[in-house]
Amino acid sequence: MRRIYPHRHLLGIEGLTRPEIVALLDAAESLFDVSRRSVRKVPTLRGKTVVNLFYEPSTRTRTSFELAGKRLSADVINISVSTSSAVKGESLLDTVQNLQAMQPDVLVIRHSASGAPHHIAARTRAAVINAGDGTHEHPTQALLDAFTIRRAKGRLEGLEVAICGDIVHSRVARSNAHLLTTMGARVRFAGPRTLLPVAGESLGATLYDRIEPALEGADVVMMLRVQRERLSGSFLPSTREYSRTFGLSPARLALAKPDAIVMHPGPMNRGVEIDPRIADGQQSVILDQVEAGVAVRMAVLWILAAETNEFSATGEPRPAP
Amino acid sequence: MAAIGSPPPLLLIVGVRAVDPAQQLDDVVDVVVEDGVITRVGRGAATDDLRRADRAEVVQGEGLLLLPAFVDLHAHLREPGQEYKEDIASGLAAAAAGGFAHVCVMPNTRPVNDTRSITEAMIARARALSGPALHPIGAITMGQKGTELTEMADLKDAGAVAVSDDGRCVTSSAVMRRALEYAKTFDLPVIQHAEDHALTEGAQMHEGAIATRLGLRGWPRVAEDIIVARDVLLAEATGARYHVAHISSLGAVRILREAKARGIAVTAEVTPHHLTLTDAAVLGYDTACKVNPPLREQADVDALREALADGTIDAVATDHAPHSTLEKDCEFAEASPGLIGLELVVPVLLDLVRQGALPLGRLVDALTRAPARIARLDAPAIKVGARAELCLVDPNLSFVLDPARLRSKSKNTPLLGKQLTGRVKMTLAAGRVVFIDGEGAAT
Repeated sequence: MRRIYPHRHLLGIEGLTRPEIVALLDAAESLFDVSRRSVRKVPTLRGKTVVNLFYEPSTRTRTSFELAGKRLSADVINISVSTSSAVKGESLLDTVQNLQAMQPDVLVIRHSASGAPHHIAARTRAAVINAGDGTHEHPTQALLDAFTIRRAKGRLEGLEVAICGDIVHSRVARSNAHLLTTMGARVRFAGPRTLLPVAGESLGATLYDRIEPALEGADVVMMLRVQRERLSGSFLPSTREYSRTFGLSPARLALAKPDAIVMHPGPMNRGVEIDPRIADGQQSVILDQVEAGVAVRMAVLWILAAETNEFSATGEPRPAP
Repeated sequence: MAAIGSPPPLLLIVGVRAVDPAQQLDDVVDVVVEDGVITRVGRGAATDDLRRADRAEVVQGEGLLLLPAFVDLHAHLREPGQEYKEDIASGLAAAAAGGFAHVCVMPNTRPVNDTRSITEAMIARARALSGPALHPIGAITMGQKGTELTEMADLKDAGAVAVSDDGRCVTSSAVMRRALEYAKTFDLPVIQHAEDHALTEGAQMHEGAIATRLGLRGWPRVAEDIIVARDVLLAEATGARYHVAHISSLGAVRILREAKARGIAVTAEVTPHHLTLTDAAVLGYDTACKVNPPLREQADVDALREALADGTIDAVATDHAPHSTLEKDCEFAEASPGLIGLELVVPVLLDLVRQGALPLGRLVDALTRAPARIARLDAPAIKVGARAELCLVDPNLSFVLDPARLRSKSKNTPLLGKQLTGRVKMTLAAGRVVFIDGEGAAT
């Protein structure tokens, strides 16, 4: 695996090549069924230690990484901000160096500061996985989104993907833009101008300040959460008006292709950015994304810890070298 | 070469290219310094008799540049309060090594230099060191809180040469108006850190494509432009002397140019880093390139260079801002803004001259006469009768920047390990040799 994914860490999607992304998605594909077996465990990472270091609250991503590690038989430790030393004023670097001394193989980090995983990656022997850094990247989310799209559509190349909502504050939007454009899909960002990034075209996306033209003919519609904090920062006057002008209603979804899929990285604000009928409807793949998340994270853990692996991903012993 | 400290009784700098635009001087000459005063300048000035004198120290100037020593309008020496980053002794040693004879120091020390006693204490500390001269800049408002004016008459009597709340902007128009009026009463320039803080809350770097890619909150140009535009109007209304610190945006340059064309008493300084680096330097989350105002785009760099070359921007100032690894070896959002500059002016700015972006004479003016005029200091000059304040430069010496060679206590610069060309060989301040390359280096 090292030859097709020649990096020590997964810090972001930006900079990954098409073959590297395909390798990660294919590895996830080969691991997908593990979670559907009656015994949901393979010995692949037996004896490996994975530390989940979460400086921001997270249920979905942390659980997903935890299950991924456990289903690969790794020892998984979760450290969340409420139990960590951060509240005692210890620096991130000191925390990481202390963890390092306990010889983890993989450090999964979520942090509110953009670039925090890059800061520690240069100073640890463990492989670092970015589980979301500030408003920068969330690479495993983009991979699980791509995995879900590929399963639903059979391809990524040539698809029209509309990503709608709070683009400027979204690490999901950034990672998805990098991944999808690298894979030959076209990305449209839609949101009110207060929530569109400056020079957003530099991410490879086309910017729309209304949702309707962005939805027109789309194969994939990805809705982003609108956080209530945005109301106090003069980004939005009210969630009511946001819902009326940018929420995904059945009438708006009809602008997309008839077989368009609807995605959401969660957590959802039902009735704000997405109509509950759509969230629970035929076109929604929102829960498929969650399931894909475990497979994708298993793949990433496996590939990054693969250096000294004695088993193939599915648990079959590897031929002797 | 001469010894550091006491004035050399007779210093002969022979066959050197001396450049001082204020004297219309750009020629290969000899310069004779006797008891700290320049006594002869010209071809053959170092006569055989002088060279043979017992007390003569002869410096061969072939291939070197002799300039008036520099004046920095903007440095942070961190004393009192943050001596682990820098103190007056290490900061002035760095200044001497950079070619400076005068350093104006910003008041954002701890406590803030908002009272006469702190100003006096800083000057006393510097005087005991026999290095470059230190000129405090007092705060505009008490504690730099932006509300109550400082006792500017007292500050000036104690030796302050200007007032500034640098690091914080005086955002209240009412306070800024009164500050300009009151400072004018005592002929003090008001130096503004132009940043509308409401527009830069949480900002980490210049707002643009790079910030979008890195997911870092942006500091838009307009936050600087708004303040400069408002202040120009206030300066016009009050007739006070207004100076823009570390100008960084092309919009602010345009406003400055228009204001000067209308005869308003505004001046500005630009830093070496804003003249040479763009926001792309931040890629990889390099905290050494986190600075306030932030590194901007090539269009801004081009506008700043043009404005410096044509004199719209009067002076180059370092904004020397030392920080230890505590403030820099951390997450980007946690890092303190600023980089060191006192020791790097010569190689960084001679690059602009070599590229043809800046005439050497204008650079020398921007480092000597122009800042001296703003701070009402006697400008270092290469002329007979002047106290020797000189900077001898080898413009062609290339070296790799080794942090161990820096005299500043802090090493926060993106230039560490980089190949630089142009080095200060000797600096004289107040008639004394204060720096010789390779001697008295920091331990």
